[in-house]
This record gives sequence, C-alpha cells and structure tokens, in this order.
Amino acid sequence: MNHIAPGARAGIYHYDAIDRRFVGERVEQFRKQVDRRLAGELTEEEFKPIRLMNGLYLQLHAYMLRIAVPYGVMSAVQLRKLAEIGRTYDKGYGHFTTRQNLQYNWIKLEDTPAILNALADVDMHALQTSGNCVRNVTTDQFVGAAKDEVVDGRVYAEILRQWTTLHPEFTYLPRKFKIAISGAVSDRAAVRVHDVGLLARRNEAGEAGFTFYVGGGLGRSPFIGKLVREWVAEEDFVAYLEAILRVYNQYGRRDNIYKARIKILVHELGLEKFKAEVEEEFARLRGPKYRLDPAIVAEIRTHFAPPPFEELPETSEALARAKAENPAFANWVAVNVAEHKAPGYAIATISLKPPGGIPGDATCDQMDLIADLAERYSFGELRVSHVQNIVLAHVKQDDLFALWQQLDAAGLGTANAGLIGDIIACPGLDYCALANARSIPLAQALSARFADPVRQRTIGELGIKISGCINACGHHHVGAIGILGVDKKGTEFYQITVGGDPTLTTAIGDILGPALTEEETVDAIEAIVEVYLAHRTEGERFLDTLARVGHGPFKERIYAAD
Amino acid sequence: MPSPDGTLHAITANRLRDGVVVFLAAGGAWVESFADAALLTKAEAEPALAAAKAQADGDQFGVDVYAFEVERADGTAQPVKMRERIRALGPSVRLDLGKQAAA
Repeated sequence: MNHIAPGARAGIYHYDAIDRRFVGERVEQFRKQVDRRLAGELTEEEFKPIRLMNGLYLQLHAYMLRIAVPYGVMSAVQLRKLAEIGRTYDKGYGHFTTRQNLQYNWIKLEDTPAILNALADVDMHALQTSGNCVRNVTTDQFVGAAKDEVVDGRVYAEILRQWTTLHPEFTYLPRKFKIAISGAVSDRAAVRVHDVGLLARRNEAGEAGFTFYVGGGLGRSPFIGKLVREWVAEEDFVAYLEAILRVYNQYGRRDNIYKARIKILVHELGLEKFKAEVEEEFARLRGPKYRLDPAIVAEIRTHFAPPPFEELPETSEALARAKAENPAFANWVAVNVAEHKAPGYAIATISLKPPGGIPGDATCDQMDLIADLAERYSFGELRVSHVQNIVLAHVKQDDLFALWQQLDAAGLGTANAGLIGDIIACPGLDYCALANARSIPLAQALSARFADPVRQRTIGELGIKISGCINACGHHHVGAIGILGVDKKGTEFYQITVGGDPTLTTAIGDILGPALTEEETVDAIEAIVEVYLAHRTEGERFLDTLARVGHGPFKERIYAAD
Repeated sequence: MPSPDGTLHAITANRLRDGVVVFLAAGGAWVESFADAALLTKAEAEPALAAAKAQADGDQFGVDVYAFEVERADGTAQPVKMRERIRALGPSVRLDLGKQAAA
C-alpha cells in the first residue's frame, strides 16, 4: 500500500504476507464461484450462503455489497479506493452503516470479484460482514485519541479479527455474533446492546483486563447485556471469549432463527447457569495454548502507535481567534469537536447528516475530499462511527478553522453531532428487502424540521434513531426517541418509543402509544421536544426530564385529541 | 381479465448477473420496465409464476421470482404495495436513481 510518508501517519493495522495471501485466495475462490453460478453449475440455493460469506446481499434494486471497515478505522488511501469503487461499479456514493462499515447499493454480481480484488489492493475485504459468524468487531470512534481513554480498544479488536477469521468453530454459529469494545470512561460503542460487550479497563497495577457483558442485542427481542464477569485478565482474553462462543455453539438454538441469538440463550438458560457453563469451559481452555502472549499484544500495539504529535500548548490562540470571529465555526467546534489526549489536538466529527439529507450517505467526491483532509490534518487516518458519521481523530486545534472551511464548502460542515439532527436511520424500504417501512424520508423530514442550529443546541443531547423494521438496524430501541416503521395494511406507520439509552446506563425505550403516520410522527416528535423544553430544569437532558416526569405529559400532548 | 375481486398480478425477479429488477412480459420475455409487464389474473398468475421460476432457474437468468398485486387507478396500473412501487421505480429518496431516473 502507498500510505502517506512513513513516520507521519496514524496507527493503521498493516496486513502481513499471511493476511494478503489469505484475502487474495478468497477473492480468487469467489471469482470461480461466481463463474460457476453464472454458468449454472451452482444453484441459487447453493450459491446464496457463499455470496453472503463475501458480504454480497440481494436487496430491492440490485445486489448490495457490505465492505468491512475493521473497528471503523481506515486510512485515507483506503477511503479513496472506496470512492473509486463507488464511481466505477456503483452510482457515485456509499452508505456508512451502524456497524461502522460501508455499503454499496447498486452492485452487479458479475463485477463483484473485480471489486473484491480492488479492495484487496488496499488491505480491505467484505468478509465477516454477513452470515452466522463473528462479525466485524466495533469500537469507540474516538479510540486512540479520547481524553477519557483507559485502554486502546483497537489492539484487542485487531486480535479478535485475526482470531475469528477462518476459525472453524465460528464459521457456522447458530446466528450472527456481534462484539463491541470500549476502552474509555464514556461508552461510545453501545457495548451493552451487543452479543458480547467488552469494557477494557486497568487494575490497580495498571494491567489491562476486561469486563464482559453477554446477551445484549436489539432486533425483535431487545435485551441489555448481562454482566458475566467483572474482570478477565488480558492473558485470558481469548480463552474467555472462546469459552462463551463454545457454550453458544453447544446450546444455542438452531431450530428457530428468531431464538438463535445468544441473548435468547442467556435468557432461557438463566444468567447463573450460563455463567457456570462458561466458567467450566474457561477452566478447560485456560492454559498455555489459549494464553494471549504479551509479546503478540505488544507487536499488534506497535501498529497503533500514536502518530508523531507536535509538542503544543494545551489550547490554541488561533482557534480562539477564529471562534471569536466566526459564530458558525464556533458553533461547529462546540458541537462537533471533542477533547484529545494530546495537548493542542482535537477530535473532529464530520456529520453525514445535513438537514434534509440521507443519514450516512456520502458521495464519492465527498469521500475523496475527506481522504484529502485526513491526510492534510489527521495523519492520513479516519474513522466511521456507529452513528454513521466520520471522525478525524488527530486534528491540530490550529487547523480546525481551515478544516471546517473546507468541510463546509462541501456540505460537510453541519454542526449537529449528538444533537437532534444527528439521526441514525437504516436504509429502510427505499433499499432493504427486509424493511416494512421507509426510514430515510422520516429522517429527512425531522432533520429539516430541526435544522436551526440554535434550536438544536437549545434542545441539547437528544438522539433520534429510526428503523424500518423490527430487525432494528437503526437502533430505535436505544434512541432517546426511537421510531419503528411498521406496515399496516399496506400503509406505513411509525411507532414512537422514548427513554432508550445506548451508553453504560443502557435502557430500552418504552412505546409511547399507537403508531402514527409519517406526517403525524414528525409533528409528534416536535411535540415531545416542546413538552421536554417546558418541563426541564436547568441542565437537565431529555432522558433526565423523562425519568423525572414520566411518560404522562408526553402521551397527553400527542394522544389527547384521540 | 382481472380477477372477480379486481386484483391483478405481475411477476418479477432480480436479474442474476446484475441484480436489476425485471418483470415478466406477455409472451414470456423479461423486461426492465413495469409498464411493459404482463398483468395477470390470479388464475393466470399461478401457472405463469411456476413457468417463470423454471425458466429463470434453467437459464440462470433471474433469482427471487415472485408475483405481486397490481391495481388500476385512473387507467394506470401500479403495484399495490409500497415495496413493489419502490422496486418498480427506484428509491423514493433518490429520484435520480433506478428506473424512475431513466423514465
């Protein structure tokens, strides 16, 4: 790969010869499988699981190819390649997903081997983005940069990538398996709504270890992950996780797709019995063979070495001046910029949620621009967040104004990270074969309704999350305001939930009342916001006010006329 | 002829090689435009669907072959369900894409 100048880049895991050979072999294998399918030597029934194992779905309009972005981190070179593929083989854009991946919506089966080959050129692939395997591990989009970080989750996410790829026991699990890691004080990775959620911590001796939550998940039956073990030492990391997966493989249901996730197993087996089974398996596995060698951890950590930060003062005079002279920029800094662990640096979130826009979509021209900006201002590296934004994690405070000006000129300067306009929405019925209702038009209407940046800041932290069906790819269960699209006799309706929370104070939202039409839903959300503003006390977030006053005032306002 | 209840059906698939939405036309050819799709009664749709599946499988032409309901409004046929309308036209949020863009 042709990265930016050595020594001036941020940590990206670089494939070794084994990684490259493996991915190359898989591309060639799939090329032959596609040829055999097109020639009629494989039936669709035989071919479908093969294409899914290579990230290729069939959606409403065409094939959809989901590209893995390991733990959401990639280089500018890789993003530029994604833009090139989008232009050459798709329709000039891509969709960043709630699992930190990228999807193309208009892919041809016959082009797919060439696309996978192009991805392999930049150490990328579409493996583990579908099928009943351990999916791409997700983590905090501020990893390696956040001021509140305790442990760098990328190191362990990469260990999991290497450990799960091609692992024979994990290729045919009862159902898909999602793992999230957070190594910071604040959970930005929604760990407790994953099959396994990991909090990376340090003990009093400064050693890394992990708190394990198991059995979280959204979808048809939402569950909050249960605490299975408070502390697993680093050397036992792989053994303990393997013990969990073995118990799941042994007892997980395969007779009913709706009961096959590990959350159902934990629920049906009971937490104590599940823990006992895992501990028994762990005791069997623990030992030299499964010990995570500190030398391996150290070697992988070298890939994520901090970029060569300059020694800078804690704050920037240039930034202060630019903020004073430009209120729109000052607003963007206040909303989209987070504290960095290195003095004089900052973390910038690039919102992919302009008012009236499609959440998570970026044109190939925008991808190219972001790649250029990543090289110019963030050591050639960027991240995809699970809330469908892009993050430049290592920007000098001195450079923030120049960065914002270029983003703003390209329609990427929206200041709404974490605010009501920063809506998660799945592709919904506009693209997805599973959806019952459209998600995107509602997101567009809501972000347009709340476009005013002053109003958004007045409302404060309030996440809206929209799913077009009960599979909950839009995470509606954990939205402070969640919206689920349903089909009622051929008409789209939307069910509103309130009180969901994806952070460590995890909560599943409660249904507020009967489902509404799209137009009614937009008005209802505005009514909810008005009720919140009328009831809140100084500094109270929406979730705090809701907890204090209950659902009553909100229900009354929306449904009183019924 | 429409069914006694007035419901018509059309048959659709995704083309194997590129995933493009196609419709079965009168005479058994597959076409890309819903406007050219054959509109069938329920009685006609069942054997036509079976034949279309066999042909699509045999020729490696199409996958996910199924029938869907169509209604007439103001003399124009359109799919009953939003899902099928979106397949026939393209994403409702990107009018520059899909079949609607070419129309």
